[in-house]
Amino acid sequence: MSYTEKELKEELDNKSYEFGFVTDIESEKAPIGLNKDIIKLISSKKNEPQWMLAYRLEAFRVWQKMSEPNWAHVKYKKPDFQNISYYAAPKKKKELKSLDEVDPELLRTMEKLGISIEEQKKLSGVAVDFVMDSVSVATSFKEKLSELGIIFCSFSEAVNNHPDLVKKYMGTVVPHTDNYYSALNSAVFSDGSFCYIPKGVRCPMELSTYFRINESGTGQFERTLLIADESSYVSYLEGCTAPQRDENQLHAAVVELIALDKAEIKYSTVQNWYPGDAKGKGGVYNFVTKRGICGYRSKISWTQVETGSAVTWKYPSCILKGDHSIGEFYSVAVTNNFQQADTGTKMIHIGKNTKSTIISKGISAGKSQNSYRGLVKIGKGAKNSRNFSQCDSLLMTDQCGAHTFPYIECENPTATVEHEATTSKIGEDQLFYCMQRGISEEKAISLIVNGYAKEVLNKLPMEFAVEAQKLLEISLEGSVG
Amino acid sequence: MSELLIEIKDLECNIDNQKILQGLNLKINKGEVHAIMGPNGSGKSTLSSVLAGNDNYEVTNGSINFLGEEISEMSPEERSWKGMFLAFQYPVEIPGVSNINFLRTALNERNKYFGIDSIPAKDFLKMVAEKSELVGLNNKLKNRSVNEGFSGGEKKRNEIFQMAMLDPKLSILDETDSGLDIDALKIVANGVNKLKSSENATVVITHYQRLLDYIVPDFVHVLHEGKIIKSGDKSLALELEKKGYDWLKTDENI
Repeated sequence: MSYTEKELKEELDNKSYEFGFVTDIESEKAPIGLNKDIIKLISSKKNEPQWMLAYRLEAFRVWQKMSEPNWAHVKYKKPDFQNISYYAAPKKKKELKSLDEVDPELLRTMEKLGISIEEQKKLSGVAVDFVMDSVSVATSFKEKLSELGIIFCSFSEAVNNHPDLVKKYMGTVVPHTDNYYSALNSAVFSDGSFCYIPKGVRCPMELSTYFRINESGTGQFERTLLIADESSYVSYLEGCTAPQRDENQLHAAVVELIALDKAEIKYSTVQNWYPGDAKGKGGVYNFVTKRGICGYRSKISWTQVETGSAVTWKYPSCILKGDHSIGEFYSVAVTNNFQQADTGTKMIHIGKNTKSTIISKGISAGKSQNSYRGLVKIGKGAKNSRNFSQCDSLLMTDQCGAHTFPYIECENPTATVEHEATTSKIGEDQLFYCMQRGISEEKAISLIVNGYAKEVLNKLPMEFAVEAQKLLEISLEGSVG
Repeated sequence: MSELLIEIKDLECNIDNQKILQGLNLKINKGEVHAIMGPNGSGKSTLSSVLAGNDNYEVTNGSINFLGEEISEMSPEERSWKGMFLAFQYPVEIPGVSNINFLRTALNERNKYFGIDSIPAKDFLKMVAEKSELVGLNNKLKNRSVNEGFSGGEKKRNEIFQMAMLDPKLSILDETDSGLDIDALKIVANGVNKLKSSENATVVITHYQRLLDYIVPDFVHVLHEGKIIKSGDKSLALELEKKGYDWLKTDENI
């Protein structure tokens, strides 16, 4: 491990929340509240075509008739949806042709986030589409990608430049009628990422997008649509950080993945939204709908490291429609202090010989509540399909909670479904053993927790794995009781 | 002229308000091997835990002077950095953490304490190769998770491997022979003997004389009711093997 405790200490001394700073950029903001006029305003700000506005308005109509779901094992004060501003964009002075033209303040922010674009270009070969308060301001590597026919751009650009693809796929995996938050997102989404990998193309680099909430009181409604055409491959990284805030912030994203025949999508997330302070005040509400659909012999793999947010409600899922398709879900969810997480996955087996794997590692500290909720559904036609689920919980204190809610619905007798679950408490004897060997308590906790989560962390691309380890360490600081 | 390594004076300690050590005195010089024997419940394992700094035990009286410094309030990791090593009776499993990563972290934490740079990967791996050969540790075990799925013998051997890597001043072997067959015992003892030098000392806590055939002690102490009630040379261990502890207990009572 290259990251030392000294560095961690310094980091913690210097800032109470790693990315808890606010960038001072002038931004343009919609008045608070939600109605048809606001939606029209968002649509016109983004120069959207009529069909897009119609989609938004239809979603809004549906949303108004829905009510917020209550089934998750979380308690929180419901957001006042009329007290949120639904649009904020950094003021653009002119079209940006190169990084030199980007606001230096914004570049500094990116540096704090650890993404010096110039450096990334040279060193790591990662193309970064930087999303800040909903509007993409810097995109790199576009040319290199476009040589291969890969489209990687902001959602708004895609709406204008690739309307056929957007129209064909948007809402096919997560319809606007799916749930309360996906309906809201469909009505008011501000921006997000769009990615298309053409037939037979193997995307040569990890695609990554950094999302960030920056404007106080602005709900963040990202929308991601990723299409991997036949026999293509892409690995996509999503990292989230948010500045420190007192008031609650709502984040309701929608992510749709489409893996056509024989395609493979690897989607990795490190989520570090502001979790609220040690007393449970503030923090981001993260209500996300992520779902992918698999064609014949295709594969979708979700990997997530969830350390942030006051309340998390998130179930990256796979619809295994094509025969021989594969769905995977690897998750580490950490909750500390008063954080609440209700997260898991849904594996819907429809095609024959479909296979899914679920590895979920929950870590609860402080007075937090950590729940795994997962559905494995084997449809009538899903002959010889297989699922393996493993749900482990690690408790750091005697005041936190770990819960497992597995749902299994099996309609085909040839299917094999396995579920394993364990709960363990971080042991005093483990800590003493480490300390006797000269490893301090904090370092020992980090070592033990990283070991526990290793199966999942190993699935992350290298640069993310390091960041994820740091996050686990920071999230659990002073958490053993 | 032998140099004093550790001096324990009038040591008393409690666990859950129950008195375990009741005025224990012991002096160990560099280059010496001490065996501590005694019946069940006499306080042998407590002594090793207290020396290593386990905070479940409360030191109520006395002092522990290690290399000229009072350590009874010192954290376990600091004691470790200064050269204290405990080979656990029941080595703990740490799933998902490889032996190698564990030891590298341990060494680097110590280096950091002394303001020394982290050990380069190449040197570290060379050291691992040397030391694991010394204690006959199976190559595969080095990359496996710490003690996870190890047999009893492998766990004990791994303790001695860690000891070799950390090169301590004072090694306490807490019933390292328990659960070992005779071949494993020889290998472990052989490892300990190879690590002996004029600069370090070893405390062997055991129930049986058998281990002392292989690790020959300079001194044998009998612990009873939290005190050392008799000390002697290695012949004392043989005597205990024949007579048991009762004759000593009677002596004490008179």
